[in-house]
Amino acid sequence: MKFLRKILDNAHAKLNKSEKTKKLFPLVDSVDTLMFTPNHTTKGGAHIRDGIDLKRTMMFVILALIPCLLFGMYNVGLQHDLANSTVEWSGVDQFLYGLMKVLPFIVVSYAAGLGVEFIFAIKNGHAVQEGYLVSGMLIPLIMPIDTPLWMVAVAVIFAVVIGKEVFGGTGMNILNIALTARAFLFFAHPTSMSGNNVWISGFKDLKESGNLVDGVSGATPLGDLASFSQDQSAFDALHEVTYTIPLDSLASVAQNEPTFNMLDNVTDTIMVNGVEMVETVKTGFIESGHSFVEAMWGLYPGSIGESSVFPIMLGAIFLLLTGIASWRVMASFFAGGLVMALILNQFAGENAYMQLPAIHQLMYGGFLFGMVFMITDPVTAAQTTKGKFFYGFLAGFLGILIRVVNPAYPEGVMLAILIANVFAPLIDHMVISTNIKRRLKRVKIA
Amino acid sequence: MSKSIKIRKGLDIRIKGDAERSSIEAPLSSTYAIKPTDFHGLIPKLLKKVGDQVKAGTPIFQDKYREHIKYVSPVSGKIQEVKRGAKRKILEVIIEADKEISYEEGSPVDVASLDRETAKEALLASGLWPFIKMRPIDVVANYTDTPKSIFVSGFDSSPLAPDYDYLLYTRDKEFQAGIDILNKLTDGNVNLQLRAKGGADAAFTQAKKVVANKVSGPHPAGNVGPQIHQVDPINKGEVVWTVNAQDVAIIGSCLLTGRYDASKLLALTGSEATNRKYFKVIIGANASDVLNGNSNTGNVRYISGNILTGSQIEADGYIGFYDSQITVVPEGNAYKFFLTKGWLIPGFKKLSNNSAYPSKVLGPKKFDVDTNLNGEERAFVVTGEYEKVFPFDIYPVHLIKSVMINDIDSMEKLGIYEVAPEDFALCEFVCTSKINSQEIVRQGLDVIHKECM
Repeated sequence: MKFLRKILDNAHAKLNKSEKTKKLFPLVDSVDTLMFTPNHTTKGGAHIRDGIDLKRTMMFVILALIPCLLFGMYNVGLQHDLANSTVEWSGVDQFLYGLMKVLPFIVVSYAAGLGVEFIFAIKNGHAVQEGYLVSGMLIPLIMPIDTPLWMVAVAVIFAVVIGKEVFGGTGMNILNIALTARAFLFFAHPTSMSGNNVWISGFKDLKESGNLVDGVSGATPLGDLASFSQDQSAFDALHEVTYTIPLDSLASVAQNEPTFNMLDNVTDTIMVNGVEMVETVKTGFIESGHSFVEAMWGLYPGSIGESSVFPIMLGAIFLLLTGIASWRVMASFFAGGLVMALILNQFAGENAYMQLPAIHQLMYGGFLFGMVFMITDPVTAAQTTKGKFFYGFLAGFLGILIRVVNPAYPEGVMLAILIANVFAPLIDHMVISTNIKRRLKRVKIA
Repeated sequence: MSKSIKIRKGLDIRIKGDAERSSIEAPLSSTYAIKPTDFHGLIPKLLKKVGDQVKAGTPIFQDKYREHIKYVSPVSGKIQEVKRGAKRKILEVIIEADKEISYEEGSPVDVASLDRETAKEALLASGLWPFIKMRPIDVVANYTDTPKSIFVSGFDSSPLAPDYDYLLYTRDKEFQAGIDILNKLTDGNVNLQLRAKGGADAAFTQAKKVVANKVSGPHPAGNVGPQIHQVDPINKGEVVWTVNAQDVAIIGSCLLTGRYDASKLLALTGSEATNRKYFKVIIGANASDVLNGNSNTGNVRYISGNILTGSQIEADGYIGFYDSQITVVPEGNAYKFFLTKGWLIPGFKKLSNNSAYPSKVLGPKKFDVDTNLNGEERAFVVTGEYEKVFPFDIYPVHLIKSVMINDIDSMEKLGIYEVAPEDFALCEFVCTSKINSQEIVRQGLDVIHKECM
């Protein structure tokens, strides 16, 4: 290690030679402080300090993300294999394929994000803070695999500059950086962030070249479900005219839309009775493999790291044991989602999406990933102990509400967390106001 | 009414190096010093020049703005030097001690016969006043105030703290005399807080005219801050006074004898101290008398006071006015490679209150520590960690942030009148972002002192 120390000391010495290069100290400093805990001692105040620092905290979150990352790589390969009629891969091949697809995301995410951080650090003359270490790993995991890399870079730069640096850098941002990046792409390039063509690696090419395996819709389970339930009214209308439309033309309507793919199996039922259709769709959803076990392993199309419950739970256990993530936020987020899902169950009527059992509802999509890695971001969450409960509950509650009720988009967790981020300071303000009032009351009593 | 208080939030820091309960009479130092910097906010006005002869109890300087408060020499001798720092700020007044101490002779005071004004005069005249501190602000008390109550903590819960029962052993009478005069100063109670578990010295248990409250829980249970917060919280406009237990005995002894006899027991603690015992010294003694032969030298830090709130001194520096402890710990000024000793080790032996280190559960009974910052200063990121060790109904991080932006209104609302820097020592210790919260709170109190009091 002395050897390494020498190199770093020399680098520092070289930078310090002239005023111009002195400004570049964050470049060497960041490597230095990564390799070595600095020799800084306490000045005034408490003479000893806790062993914890921000680097360790951030690194532990990254460690917690590793299972999701590895799983994501495997799933990317698996989904491609399943959709591609020309290849027959082993598990290792699938993983390697995924690795080659996911790695560039990580490289681009870190390069763009840290690039911005370094520019601001040099410009403002401070060391690079660790905030982006986690965001840089989260962003690839919440992207659809077919997102072009340039978009990832643009989104990252937008999120770091507008989401964070304009507010003062790490620790000062109002919105979660990773979700800001995703929301930016979601609204700026919706065709690359939603729909059915983006969740399986190379899906479009396969479709165009005709190598797509029959019956692969490319949709996420929630996408399936949303398209069924939201088009219910359309089908009700169709029901009115069923008797006037020839059978085959209705079938072709269903097949023109890839989202209706699964309807293939049940077209006959639709023909018989439009109302019955909804029921059939629901059982069709379960029958076509969307089950508890499926959600547990998550081997279906989705954002790179979000779909499998198992690795997310590994991460959750790690974060809770090490105390890095707040159990209050996690628990209340889950409770919020559960309550909303149960409410929707009560009022589901014939809406298949609302009928989905609450536990299933929470296991699909980005809900659990958001619960473990997004909502727990301490900077954007409520900071008071009581506020954390309100904050988590609000986000979970809204997450399921937006997911199910909005007509445009089969997922709502991202938007719900961003909304909760915005409300977090208000929640804290209310909690603190009660504390202030309690203190003032004391005077009046005395 | 005596109360039973349970402190639930806090942290006992278990480190190596507590002192053995046996005492040594330290040799009389050749030099003593009285340091204006021990009294925060004091601007001293010198009353003696270099070369003047003084006795124990002779005023050396007084508070420029509160002229009745005099600071007296602890020993007799000749003023050797007035050490100044930047802007000619007086740092130390050093007194070359006589071989034998001679005292300013006063007559013993009959405390019972005093009323409030004469009691104040007696304390001010004899140089005992600076032992009394006030909350809010945590500075030497204003003699024009009448505090709503007075607090004396009967134990110290800080790391490697001296045992107050040992410090006060056989000083029952003096302690009682001190308590008696404190009672003259307030219309409210003199509150004495003792540990709920385990006995206390007779000086505490037999003390009369006090309200004895029982306190249980981890550090900072022994600090007066949380005790006041639980027993008689300070609202805006109210004042509470506090005195260290050993200083109460010093006050008492001076009143009983009529002599300024500022001798006290001092614990030598810390892993780098080799002969960890109690030393009988006089206030303002040179630390070298205690440290010579009893401690390692070299790459170590000498702290007058405890490891969380004390101030760093040189090996031949002077012991702080209020301190009953010297702590010696190794400096942590070495680089630590991140995988072998640094920030990413598993850390079974690393002292931490964070579950990210397994040592919190699986660690040794007592930890080795050094003065390394274990990281770099960062913005606030992690939340909820201050609250775990801060036993006040106050939001510590928000209070600190209100000080950072110098928002007096928010500081008042968030409870700055109830806290002193020492109450934030544990927050500072556990802080992931390595923020110097004690210093920030002190800044806030200074602003409040200047603008609102």
